[in-house]
Amino acid sequence: MISTGIDIGSRTIKIVSIDSSDRKMVASRRVETTFNPLGQATKLLDGIEGDRLIATGYGRRLAQENFGGHSITEIQAHALGARHVFSECQAILDIGGQDTKAISLDLRGKAQKFEMNDRCAAGTGKFLEFMATSFQVPIEEFGSFALAGVEGLKINSMCTVFAEAEATSLMARGSRPQDIAFALHLSVVKRSISMLRRVTTTGPIVFSGGVALNPCIVELVRREMADEVLIPEDPEMIGALGAALYGLTHTS
Amino acid sequence: MTATYEQMWKDLGLDLVAHDMLMQVLGQGYQDVFLTQESRPQGMDYFNFVMSEVHGLRIKELLDGKKEGKKVIGSFCVFVPEEIVRASDATLVGLCTGADFATEEVEKVLPRNTCSLIKSAFGFKLGKVCPYIESADMIVGENTCDGKKKSYEVFGQLVPNLYVMDLPQMKSPEGKALLKAEYYRFKDRVEQLTGNRIDVARLKNGIEIVNNKRRAVHRLSQLRKADPAPISGLDALLINQVFFYDDPIRFTESVNKICDEIEERTKTNSGVAAKGAPRILLSGCPMAVPNWKLPWIVETSGAVIVGEESCVGERGVRNLTADTGSTLDELMNAIVDRYFQVDCAIFTPNPDRLQHVKDMATAYNANGVIHYGLQFCQPYQMEAMPVEQALEAASIPTLRIDTDYSMEDVEQLKTRVEAFIERLR
Ligand code: SF4
Ligand code: SF4
Repeated sequence: MISTGIDIGSRTIKIVSIDSSDRKMVASRRVETTFNPLGQATKLLDGIEGDRLIATGYGRRLAQENFGGHSITEIQAHALGARHVFSECQAILDIGGQDTKAISLDLRGKAQKFEMNDRCAAGTGKFLEFMATSFQVPIEEFGSFALAGVEGLKINSMCTVFAEAEATSLMARGSRPQDIAFALHLSVVKRSISMLRRVTTTGPIVFSGGVALNPCIVELVRREMADEVLIPEDPEMIGALGAALYGLTHTS
Repeated sequence: MTATYEQMWKDLGLDLVAHDMLMQVLGQGYQDVFLTQESRPQGMDYFNFVMSEVHGLRIKELLDGKKEGKKVIGSFCVFVPEEIVRASDATLVGLCTGADFATEEVEKVLPRNTCSLIKSAFGFKLGKVCPYIESADMIVGENTCDGKKKSYEVFGQLVPNLYVMDLPQMKSPEGKALLKAEYYRFKDRVEQLTGNRIDVARLKNGIEIVNNKRRAVHRLSQLRKADPAPISGLDALLINQVFFYDDPIRFTESVNKICDEIEERTKTNSGVAAKGAPRILLSGCPMAVPNWKLPWIVETSGAVIVGEESCVGERGVRNLTADTGSTLDELMNAIVDRYFQVDCAIFTPNPDRLQHVKDMATAYNANGVIHYGLQFCQPYQMEAMPVEQALEAASIPTLRIDTDYSMEDVEQLKTRVEAFIERLR
C-alpha cells in the first residue's frame, strides 16, 4: 500500500508518499502555494499512485474536500514525522514560511503541549524573507550573509514593520549590514526558543521547517539550546511525511 | 416581524438601519451555528423562538410591563443580586456584550486595548442598536475588573441612569462587610426606583423565583454528565445566555421541559455526539450573546462541550440562596453569603476557582479543559497560566485560548482546537 501525505502550507505545498511494506519514501515533491493552492496541489499529485491520502497544513480541509481522504492538524503531522526521523526526539521547533510551532511530545510520541505563532509574520520565514529583500540579499544567502556579522547589535522589535525601521536606523548610524542581519537572526531565534520553553524543558529537539535550512539560524539555535538539536535532512517535508505515516496506521 | 416592531424600536431611539444590519447578521449567525446542528432536542424550539424574538416580543413585554409601572434594570455582571430586583417587582436583564459593534466610535472613547466585552457594551450603546439598554430604567455597573470600573466613568456620560455598585476584591470579613453594605444600598436604591418596599415576604419570593431558575439549570447540568452527551454545548450555552433576559418563571418551565425530554434521551442512550466523543469543559471569561465562536469551533471539530466554568454557566448559577431566614437582615445575609462565593477572577487570591475547574472536569467526565480568555482581560488571562499548570499537573489536558470577538483568527483557532482534540483521542 502507498500512503501519501500532502501538507498545504501558506507558502509551499509538499507531498510525501510512503510504501507500507518497508516504510520507505517513494515520492517527495514540493511546489509554491501561490494564489491557486488547489491547482498547485492537483499538479503536484499528478502521477502519484496511492491508496490513501492524508492532508495537513492550513489547506487541509481544501484538500480533503477536493481529493477525499482524511485530514490531521500540522501539530500531529509534525509529531509523527519528527519521531519517525529521530526516534529519540522529545520536542519540535518548526519555523515555516508563515508560522512557527513549538510542540512537546509524550513518551509515546504524541503531541502534548504546543504553541503556535500564526497571526503575524513575526519570527517566521516570512520575516526573514522580508528583511533579506530590504537588505537586497537573496533569501537563500541571507543566513551566510548574517554569519559574516559580529554579535553586539540588538533588534528589539519582532514586528516586521518595526524591525525594519530599527534595521534602517542602525544602518543610518553606520552599522555594518552583516552585523544587523546577525542581530535580526538572533532575535528570531530568541523568540522561537522562548516559545519552545513554554511547552517543554527537555530535549532532544527536532528543528524543522524551511527556516532550518538557514545556516545562521541553525547555528544560533544550537548555541542557545542546552539540549541536543536534531535537524532532518529535508526539514521542510516533516509535516507531509507525518501525514503519510498517519495514513499507514489509520484506515479512516 | 420587522414591520411590527419598527415603531417600537424607533420610539426607543434605535438607529433602524444599523439595527437591521445587526439583526441580519445575528439571524444568519444563529442559522449557521445553531440550526445546522443535528439531533437537537425538541425543547430547543422554545429557545429558537426566544432568540428570534430577542429584540421583538421580549422587548414588547418589558415595555408593556413598564406601562404598568414595572421597572427594568440592566446589568453587566452576575454580582447584581436578582433576588432584590425581583423582590421589588422589577425585571433584571443582562445586557448582551458578545459582539463587536461601532468599533470606530468605541475607540474614540476607550483605548484599543480594552477587552471585547466592555467594547461591545459601548458599541451597542453608541451604535444605538440595543433595545435593552434603551428600555432600562437603571443600569448597574459593578466595580469588578479595572477595565469595567474605569469604563463606567465614561459609560455614565452616555446613559442617564447608571448606578455603580462597589465590590470587594478579597474574600475577607471586611470584603464581606463591604458587599453587605453595597447590597443594602442597592436595595434602597431599587426601592426608591420602583416605589416598592422590600419586605420579608417579597424577598423570600424573589429568592424562590431565582433559585428555581438556578435549580432548573442545575438539573440540565446533571443530565449533561451522560455519555453520549444528550445536548450540545452550544445549545446548553444558549440556555445559559437566555437565563439573563427571559422572564424567569417561563424560563424555568422551559428548561425543566427540555430536561424531561433529555432525561428520556439518556435512558435510550441517544445523544448529539457519538458515545466516546471527546468531552470538553470550557473555563474562563463569560460568553454573552452572540458570542458563540469558540464553542462552535469546538463542536464542529468532533468534540462536545459538557460544561461551562463561566459566569454564563456554572460560576453564575452554582449556589442557591438560603431562604430560611425570617427577618429581612437574615435574608439579606443569605444573599450576601451566596454571592460572596462567586469565584470571579477579579478576587485575589482566588483558589476556589481552580478547585471548581478540577471538580467540574471530574464531575462532567471531561477529557480536557479549554481555557478561554478574552484578549486584554487581565484577571482571567493571568489566572489562565496557573490554572493550566495545575490542571496539567493533575493529568487534565488543557488548552489555553486567547481570543476576541473578531472572526480573523477562526482558522488558527480551528487548528489549535483540532490539535487539542487529537491529543484527547
Ligand atoms: S466574570 Fe466577574 S466581572 Fe464578569 S460577570 Fe462574572 S463575576 Fe462579573
Ligand atoms: S472579560 Fe475580563 S476584562 Fe473584560 S470585563 Fe470581564 S473581567 Fe473585565
